[in-house]
Amino acid sequence: MTMHFLLLFSRQGKLRLQKWFTPIPEREKKKIVRDMTTMVLGRKPRSCNFLHWKDLKIVYKKYASLYFCCGLDAEENELLALEVLHRYVELLDKYFGNVCELDIIFNFEKAYFILDEFLLGGEVQETSKQVVSRSIEASDMLQEVSERPCSR
Amino acid sequence: MSPSVRLQEMIRVIRGARTQGEERGVIQRECAAIRAQFRQADNGTRSHNLAKLLYVHMLGYPAHFGQMECVRLIASPRYNEKRVGYLGAMMLLDEKQDASLLITNSIKNDLSHSSQYVQSLALCTLGCMGSAEMCRDLAPEIDRLLRASNSYIKKKAALCAVHIVRKVPELGELFTPASRSLLSEKNHGVLHGAVVLITELCERNPETLEQFRKAVPELVQIMKGLVMSGYSPEHNVAGISDPFLQVRILRLLRILGRNNETASDAVNDLLAQVATNTDSSKTAGSAVLYETVLTVMDIKSESGLRVLAVNILGRFLLNNDRNIRYISMTSLQKIVQTDHNAVQRHRGTIVDCLKDQDASVKRRALELSLALVSAVNIRSLMKELLLFLSSCPPELRAHTTSGIFNAAERYAPSQRWHIDTILHVLTTAGGDVRDETVPNLIQLITTATELHCYTVHKLYRALIADISVQSLVQVACWCIGEYGDLLLRGECEETEPVQVAEDDVLDALETVLQSHMSSPATRGFALTATMKLSTRITHNVDRIRSIVSIYGSCIDVELQQRAVEYNALFKKYDHMRAAVLERMPVIDKSSPGHTNGESAGGSIKEMEPTKRTQEVVLPQEPANQVCDLLDLLGGSGEPPQPSPALSTTMLGPVSSTAGGDLLDLLGGLDVTPVPPSVIVYEKNGVTLKLQTDRQTDTGMTITLTATNSTDREITSLTLQAAVPKSVQLQMKAPSGDVIPAHGLGQVTQTVLLNNPNKVSLKMRVRVCYTSQDFVCQDTVQIDSFPSPAW
Repeated sequence: MTMHFLLLFSRQGKLRLQKWFTPIPEREKKKIVRDMTTMVLGRKPRSCNFLHWKDLKIVYKKYASLYFCCGLDAEENELLALEVLHRYVELLDKYFGNVCELDIIFNFEKAYFILDEFLLGGEVQETSKQVVSRSIEASDMLQEVSERPCSR
Repeated sequence: MSPSVRLQEMIRVIRGARTQGEERGVIQRECAAIRAQFRQADNGTRSHNLAKLLYVHMLGYPAHFGQMECVRLIASPRYNEKRVGYLGAMMLLDEKQDASLLITNSIKNDLSHSSQYVQSLALCTLGCMGSAEMCRDLAPEIDRLLRASNSYIKKKAALCAVHIVRKVPELGELFTPASRSLLSEKNHGVLHGAVVLITELCERNPETLEQFRKAVPELVQIMKGLVMSGYSPEHNVAGISDPFLQVRILRLLRILGRNNETASDAVNDLLAQVATNTDSSKTAGSAVLYETVLTVMDIKSESGLRVLAVNILGRFLLNNDRNIRYISMTSLQKIVQTDHNAVQRHRGTIVDCLKDQDASVKRRALELSLALVSAVNIRSLMKELLLFLSSCPPELRAHTTSGIFNAAERYAPSQRWHIDTILHVLTTAGGDVRDETVPNLIQLITTATELHCYTVHKLYRALIADISVQSLVQVACWCIGEYGDLLLRGECEETEPVQVAEDDVLDALETVLQSHMSSPATRGFALTATMKLSTRITHNVDRIRSIVSIYGSCIDVELQQRAVEYNALFKKYDHMRAAVLERMPVIDKSSPGHTNGESAGGSIKEMEPTKRTQEVVLPQEPANQVCDLLDLLGGSGEPPQPSPALSTTMLGPVSSTAGGDLLDLLGGLDVTPVPPSVIVYEKNGVTLKLQTDRQTDTGMTITLTATNSTDREITSLTLQAAVPKSVQLQMKAPSGDVIPAHGLGQVTQTVLLNNPNKVSLKMRVRVCYTSQDFVCQDTVQIDSFPSPAW
């Protein structure tokens, strides 16, 4: 699933997470974020989850108060993209326990760490939920150890 | 207080800010503190400060001063600092920044770190933001990791390799051997990464593609295992075993099977199996089925399989899930040209989707419906499309109207149906039609001579109902002007008779003229129509005279000019008025603005054959009368009969600007000096002359003219020509095949010669004709051509 970018934003258009898989200048990133929020927030409630924007397919899904939005190449499988977004939400849910927007706001770096165990270079790197969760746990353990003052 | 709480504290404070200004203040303070902390020596809080900075960056504030800190943290031996450092690198550094090169060495070291989680950080960062240079530097390392490491690292190395290949395609060769062996791994993560890598390699290099075709059986085996295996808790998603891997394998099989019979054959069975065994009640299953359908349609699959695929798409159309309906229609759109009949079977469902709530679904359904129009279903489908038009969203209207017009033009079962359809569209959505609709409709109406009465009645009724739709009003005015006599006569077989008085008609036209809703072009139509009625009505000519004279002082210059000219027609040229305002000849489809008859030949062939005879039958005398009287023609001895293919000779069908500026009829003529001609054949009173119209380095245009000095006409004249091999010859249709007697007329034929090799031009002409009941045939050789006039 070759993703160009993954964005999370709230109902008010506030950005909660941005992951870019292609090199894009800062100014253009800001423009893309603006365009995505406008387009997605402007959709009627019972519309389908796929959009076209320039030469990309945009797939988005609303989970509670957060919109998960990703940009794909034109040949990609949109239904699978929905599954990818869903899998990420499941991973967040498992990690935080009934995840809500505040969890992602106050622990944004953890959200990134989880994403980086699930996707790499815009592609899915691990298809098993358990393996991803276990890797995060192990990394967190390692972090805790290294934070102690007597660690190397 | 633990440092990480300070991060969350800062977030809380920022969120607590009530205005943008307050927020900016807080952030400025925090950034200043962070900067100060960065300048200090290592005090154990660096990673938390960088994390704070990353949060600020996400809010949209500048954070470039953190770039060097990322580099420092990445080089730290502590995992927590590396973790945040690498995260910062991915967020703040991209390949365009110089600082990114500084982390290359750290990444290199970390790739061989003893902890796999450190290796993982390096791989992830390289795969996310590695520049081409970094990729070149580190590619051998990645290759090493692809071969000899645990599956956790292998899967990440594979995707890192994908990134490297995208940045530096030549390095693909480096990874090809390793990726081949990865296919035998059992670990799903590694397998998935391997398939993605192989896909990338095959897409970029045709030779690699050839190599990997040998792996098709292996891939088929893996896929079969996934589909037929029992429940696997680790990879199960809604009853499908690892849909992510299944979709990627299907995609790879598609690339390998494209344009290749053997590979396609090998996967036919598998695809049928997947198509029948996959449960599509949830998105995961539908995603796999969707990819299967795409693969079937793209490779050389057997027809049974293709029908199965189209049926799957048809089933998707009935799915409750809007997303599935949408992608079904996008896929059907791609295959509607190639598998037209299969898609036609689902036409009913597609047409139903026109009524869907979702705008994207509606748009797709419209595109598909227009693609499915055929001669067989045109009537029923058009009903649905017209229904759709009355309730469709505004952004789709223009597209719908042009689609309807195209479909109507191609498949109209009868002229009356065609006219009715266009009128329906104009009444429903006249504001969203293309500009050429008005002249096209007028042209269509003139050709349907039996329907003139019906059409003008219908248009009159539409006009008195509503004058806001400009296109409809323009056509209505034109028709009332042209066929006003039919309107006033009252009887009409096609509709119920209704008595229309002359005053009513003039009232309607005057309303249009005076209404503020009418555009200047529309008013022009109305004025001209009023003028035309002066020869078609009996009692109210004075009223028309007064209208015309009033508009002689209109502010609009165009209207004023027309009114003045019409006034002149009343006063000085009243004897010509009837002739000038006579019924128009049938309009040639391509003639507006064109003098080249080539395209006309093509389009006319498509129209009904009756049209051609109608063209010849229509009265041409008025036009000739006009030219004699106004004495503009001198020396262009073109025959009055129009030929179907050469409309150059026709004196004046309508220009495409506001309907029929009659006095402009003769504007297009120019008088050219007569070029010298050479007599190439003279026998039995038949003379054939040749003149060169144009000559270039690589070709020439010549005209052959045949005259007859006998006292009986020559009939069935045909000219044939032959030229040397490298020369291309194109003979235009002759102006006729009858040469009147006594030299009273002639037949001309234009010949185009294209001589790209610049050989010496020669031509052999065979002349056949019937003279006094004898058939004669002669051949002449032309070795030299006269020089052209200019």
